Amino acid sequence: MSDNYEFYPLTEGQAVSLPCIPHLHFYDFSNEVLSLMEKGASIVHYFGFIENERKELLLILRMPATDSTNKYKLLAAIAYAPSEYLAFTVNCKKFHLFERELYEEFKIRPIGHPNLKPVRDHKEHDKDKYWQLLGPAVHQVGVGPVHAGVIEPGHFRFNCVGERVHHLEIMLGYQHRGIEKLLASLPVSSPRFPIIIEGVAGDSTIAHINCWSRAIEGLLRNGRHDASLADGPTNEISKDEKLLKQVSIIRRVALELERAANHVGDLGALSGDVAFATPAAYFGRIRGEFLNLLLLLSGNRFGKGLIRPWRIRYIPTADTLEKIKNKIEELIPQIKNVGKHLLLSTASVEARFRGVGSVSKSQAYELGMVGIPARATGIGYDVRHSFASDLLTEVAGGKVTPVRISKSGDVWARAELRLLEIFDSLSFLKDILSDPQMIAYMSYANGASNIGSVSGTSSAKDRSCYLPSDIPPSSLIVTMVEGWRGELSHCLITSDLNAPTFLRYKIKDPSFHNWPGLEQALRGEEISDFPLCNKSFNLSYAGFDL
Amino acid sequence: MYRILFNRYQQGYRTSKYPKTKIELPPNYRGRPKVNPTAESEVVKECIQSCPQQALSKKHLDMGRCVFCGQCAEISKNQFVSFTNNFELGVAKAQDLQTTGEIPDLKLNGLSEKTRKEFKKLFGRSLQLRQVSAGGCNACEADINVLSTPFFDWSRFGIQIVASPRHADGILVTGPVSKNMQIALQKTFEAVPSPKVVIAVGSCAISGGPFWNSEEILSGVDKLLPVDLYIPGCPPHPLTTLHAILSYFSR
Repeated sequence: MSDNYEFYPLTEGQAVSLPCIPHLHFYDFSNEVLSLMEKGASIVHYFGFIENERKELLLILRMPATDSTNKYKLLAAIAYAPSEYLAFTVNCKKFHLFERELYEEFKIRPIGHPNLKPVRDHKEHDKDKYWQLLGPAVHQVGVGPVHAGVIEPGHFRFNCVGERVHHLEIMLGYQHRGIEKLLASLPVSSPRFPIIIEGVAGDSTIAHINCWSRAIEGLLRNGRHDASLADGPTNEISKDEKLLKQVSIIRRVALELERAANHVGDLGALSGDVAFATPAAYFGRIRGEFLNLLLLLSGNRFGKGLIRPWRIRYIPTADTLEKIKNKIEELIPQIKNVGKHLLLSTASVEARFRGVGSVSKSQAYELGMVGIPARATGIGYDVRHSFASDLLTEVAGGKVTPVRISKSGDVWARAELRLLEIFDSLSFLKDILSDPQMIAYMSYANGASNIGSVSGTSSAKDRSCYLPSDIPPSSLIVTMVEGWRGELSHCLITSDLNAPTFLRYKIKDPSFHNWPGLEQALRGEEISDFPLCNKSFNLSYAGFDL
Repeated sequence: MYRILFNRYQQGYRTSKYPKTKIELPPNYRGRPKVNPTAESEVVKECIQSCPQQALSKKHLDMGRCVFCGQCAEISKNQFVSFTNNFELGVAKAQDLQTTGEIPDLKLNGLSEKTRKEFKKLFGRSLQLRQVSAGGCNACEADINVLSTPFFDWSRFGIQIVASPRHADGILVTGPVSKNMQIALQKTFEAVPSPKVVIAVGSCAISGGPFWNSEEILSGVDKLLPVDLYIPGCPPHPLTTLHAILSYFSR
């Protein structure tokens, strides 16, 4: 194949100028896409945007590296959008939701798409247009949008014969707040950015704000020629470098706390769904302990307000870090007792968890699933390993969390993996918080006064609260984080004006990949297994609906 | 069985004694704001201009719009706005959201004496609430859920989340009310038998929160339903919610 058609090798967290990305004619693009997908690529982003009054498509793929190191590389290409084309979904199911979204937003029709319904837009939604199984014994069960507990809204339509579910269709969009449109309407230096990003999915606050902060840092690093943070002097540990280390370490610490909190909460919810009240109550309480640690660190139980580009707003004292470490040490044996020795060693729990809601590895791969539900089937993909561009990997020297996989792909596998990942996160945190060097970086207090010069807006006043307005035009950046639900990514494209806005601010929550997996998991199961399947996936409605 | 007992022993008794015993939140926690109207006018202007939520005026902070990010406190070095770790933030009247730091006591300003008596006669010591999530980010929902766990355990006050609006005495709404949830919220409200209360939890439910000015939302529950109790925060700390509900219905 000619070089002209080749996708551009993108680096996660590094900005590129938009003209660098090949702009392909759709025919060439389409051929290349199908051949890459056949070679094992998965979608990171696929969306439309308008450049110079022209509709264009951006596709970013992740491709396993040829050696077996579990690493991935990113490939990107832009195509001039046709008004309709033969749906990629026909050959590759991973495109299913992406093409529906594209049709909803840009009216680009993927011909032959099996289920071309809107994703979030209810105005266009024909209420009766659900898949319907026909036959005398078939009945439909509709649940939601308002659910029986304290849960986000969504509509679930089950086609059942007796108790058996033959098909589940999930209609979302109830939480749609118009986030992407709102973000694209704001000037890039608007103080509203971090506040909105932290509200994309409250339970993944840290993961989302990490993506945004790193994207802004990456864009500015590209735009400037002066000595910036990443390539500062290496012969001595400069202030900037200390600051950068502080920022990366605390971000990772907060991310792992968020992961532990949510996984613990999920195990509690799973216990509740099999009517095992004892671990449900204990896990509920333990989850609160982790949220309290985030409160101690940031002043907010979800870590809102802690992370900003280049800085941590509340620098912890060594004493605070000691408290966090002690709490974690206290909680590890408790989680072991409740999770391992109580929940997962009770025969009736095992009987309910095993073999229920199974997704096979090939199904998970076909649907493009990520995170725990994918790892539970044996797909060893974890952003923390596959895109280890995070500075922390280098700083932490050897301290990493392993990639955990299981084989059975059922509720049991997902529950077991959550428990394992909790221990991994906690021992990682314990290591970091016991290392005097790490403590010194984290509580490095001169950070704040230094920010002015770093962000280039130095003035007599402390300008640390402000976001930089000198974002380079016509640039693109992708950042990825392994949130507790899986691969979470932001993609930012700036316009070609001197004071650019975002042509597109695309947010992809891992749930976007995994909702079809939940539909798959319930096929052939009893309808009463739905809560169990749902909780074992625990996907985000807010993050999906945006 | 042995393992259950062992865990029970290890876990011990965890329920807080609140409100009999006070709980102190960590110093980083940003609770009740304090506005100093005599601050230097340059600083005041800068805080007002840079507030992402447009929650500040020269004399007041609008707790309904504020997401307690603490930026104004940081810019003004606590000279103009500072945040205390007092978590008691709930108010019954929308105008009380505009604050300088003083918040009227909910026990006196919540229900009128007459309603309070009637309420007690009707509901006794129990309060059954239906929760509707209408376009939030799931943080408020999570921190409402937490109130049922052993530490806060609001069922010891007779408060429960119920699965049907028909069983409820009121609704607890989170989120800015997305247009896609408008009908569902309206229907849930109508299905709750009267008399009923509407409680707006979180900055989204009060003003649209982080998403103000988006076309896809109504920017607050009171654009659609009469709200009886406002609980500010992004999300409100569980104690904020607990305190507001206990004080509002207190006898």
